[in-house]
Amino acid sequence: MTNPRLLRAALPFLTLAIVLTATFYVQPRTMSYFGLNLMLQYAVPIALATIAQMFIITVNDLDLSIGPFVGLVGVVAATVLNSSPVLGAAALMVCVLAYGVVGALIHVRNLPSIVVTLGLSFVWLGISVTMLPSPGGKAPAVLKAIMTVQTPYVPFPILAAVAIGLVVHLALMTTSFGVVARGAGGNPKALARAGWSMLGTKVVMYMLAGLFGLLAGLALLGLTTSADAHVADRYTLYSIAGVILGGGEFIGGRINPIGAVVGALTLALAGAFLIFLRISPDWQIGAQGAVLIIVLALRALASTREKSL
Amino acid sequence: MSTEAIRLDGVEKSFGAVRALAGVDLVVAVGECLGLVGHNGAGKSTLMHVLAGALLPDAGTLTVGGAEPKAQWSAAASQAAGIRCVFQELSLCPNLSVAENARITHASLRGFGWKGRARALICAKLDEIFPGHRIAPDDEIAQLPIGQRQMVEIARAFTVTTAPLRLVILDEPTSSLDAVAAGQLLSYIRKETTRGTAVILISHILGEILATSDRIVVMKDGKQVAARPAPAFDRSSLMAAMGSDLKEVEARGDRWQSPKADAAVVVRASPQREGGGSELVVREGEIVGLAGLAGHGQTRLLLQIFAGHADVDRPVAFVAGDRQSEGVFNLWSIAENITVASLRALIRRGLINVAAEAKLARAWRERIGIRTSDMGRNILTLSGGNQQKVLFARALASDARIILMDDPMRGVDIGTKLEVYAMIRAEAASGRSFLWYTTELDELTHCDKVYVFWNGKISDSIEAADFSEQRVLRASFAESGA
Repeated sequence: MTNPRLLRAALPFLTLAIVLTATFYVQPRTMSYFGLNLMLQYAVPIALATIAQMFIITVNDLDLSIGPFVGLVGVVAATVLNSSPVLGAAALMVCVLAYGVVGALIHVRNLPSIVVTLGLSFVWLGISVTMLPSPGGKAPAVLKAIMTVQTPYVPFPILAAVAIGLVVHLALMTTSFGVVARGAGGNPKALARAGWSMLGTKVVMYMLAGLFGLLAGLALLGLTTSADAHVADRYTLYSIAGVILGGGEFIGGRINPIGAVVGALTLALAGAFLIFLRISPDWQIGAQGAVLIIVLALRALASTREKSL
Repeated sequence: MSTEAIRLDGVEKSFGAVRALAGVDLVVAVGECLGLVGHNGAGKSTLMHVLAGALLPDAGTLTVGGAEPKAQWSAAASQAAGIRCVFQELSLCPNLSVAENARITHASLRGFGWKGRARALICAKLDEIFPGHRIAPDDEIAQLPIGQRQMVEIARAFTVTTAPLRLVILDEPTSSLDAVAAGQLLSYIRKETTRGTAVILISHILGEILATSDRIVVMKDGKQVAARPAPAFDRSSLMAAMGSDLKEVEARGDRWQSPKADAAVVVRASPQREGGGSELVVREGEIVGLAGLAGHGQTRLLLQIFAGHADVDRPVAFVAGDRQSEGVFNLWSIAENITVASLRALIRRGLINVAAEAKLARAWRERIGIRTSDMGRNILTLSGGNQQKVLFARALASDARIILMDDPMRGVDIGTKLEVYAMIRAEAASGRSFLWYTTELDELTHCDKVYVFWNGKISDSIEAADFSEQRVLRASFAESGA
């Protein structure tokens, strides 16, 4: 490839194509509407959680509580929301607001987000386990209906992923608000000097993360149909990996929403692929880690070439 | 309408025990270009931060356009009052494009089609100030060389949307610009002031200040010590007002005796992009200048020599000019920043000999005159000029015999410069060799030999005896005019 910048932008798609081809090769029957639907349905909540993580990474923070948060949303939706919709909706609103408060706390007290969100992850988990000590509850019928909808020609998960990617891309990469949000990651001091409120920007980004975490929890519940406090524990790592696979960076406000969604799809597919290879789930995390390392190494290679040009 | 753009009365600001501003009275008239000079630490930067709303004064009043600002003074209030700052450390977001950075300072660039308006706004201003700039509005800042980044930042400060432009503060605006761009900027300042915009120009290049300003204010120890119309000053009276030693400056022209034609050759290199032809030769004890427009291959050659892609005979050390990104270790103390290049010599039984390390750091504080009471303090507590001294000390304290310098005097005050010049001479006399890339023509007079770069190649090599600024300029523009 002659243009390293292009290579870098194409890397998430390239990775997805490779994993997809490998999956088709190992299990040709997946190359169908039904196969893709089955393989990718869990990509939707992962993509939503990845986007949530990306909002936090945009402002140079990291959210280690997104997995348990997604689990909590599922628990609330499968219990309270089901029995009394108004109360449930209010509870979920409070969850999103809580994210904003956490963002404000982290900014005002200048706390490390990793520590705060790590602590918070146990809070979310604690609430979930208290509300639902053992797996159970019931997904609202409308969620089930949405997540199992049969769209013509193209499976629903793919359409949903494209929609999520495009909407967030438009919001963050092309609007004037998105510029300020990314600038907050790129040079916070400059942003403050230009008269913007860093506090406001961070709170908005955290609340957006909360909102997408909420959507991820509802989407996941629509698929699993019953809730489990621990169902999404792995999502924390998935979401970070998805952002990085998609071309984002931990600091500096460098993010790529479409890439992040593609990264989430890749992770979901890689899970299916490893199952087809009959690799035990115990090894899957390790195998996914290996994929991540390879992709990051390729990217490092691309950026060194970019610099030397 | 008031004829005053801005007025400060008795403004004071202290940081702990340090009194950065000790009662400053300053008036800038509408359409005036005010030159502001003073040593590093004279309080210029603090004053600028107060005007920009980044710092609140402890005492004193600030009047904008003849009226006290209605709201609490802040960065946003300063913006709304039409005050723009180009700070010495760049305040662009590196992850955003040129046009997106324009959006950051213009709250009104929003809604449908904002990007198109942002592109047009910044491009028009870049074209106006720096014709032939070769910057595209969608270029990411991180991909641009430092000179072009500075152009973007300057152009952005002069763009106007809703808030009228009242005052633009330029803090060392030409420090990373080449001679052409610097000239374009200074003539633009003259033009802009006739339209009624006031400009405060801070620069250590006195020629710029004298040629561009209507009035010059000299600051020292947080106070204004002199203020006169520019024609009433000349180089030496300005220097005298700042309090630096005039004799040393005048002595700058005469070099000490050092034709080292028979000394051993320590570096022999040719720029990698060049297909054969002229090479660069450095002898023991020589000071070799690299000149030409910024970004024409000087830094690349230094890095090439540092990486060993050349015939290099002695240990090499590198003095970075971009202090923030490749110079200082932000989290380390002053002492640690000095000794990091010498650690191998400080090891006893596999561990660092802490006493020897502290001794080395103390010795260099004395030799190079770093102004601090405690070498254990964080490096960032020092002013820019003193940080640069630390970087020199790091290179000189090591066993390196060849010192590569990448435009190290960026934004350093004249007093520090003179001290460093003297030290470079002394070190050269003791047999060290210097390769010195500089964007300031004045500094080339300290060199035994000057290589002028154009488009990645050496376009001329000038011995000290034949040196003239005209010849350097001629070689810098040799083929670019064609």
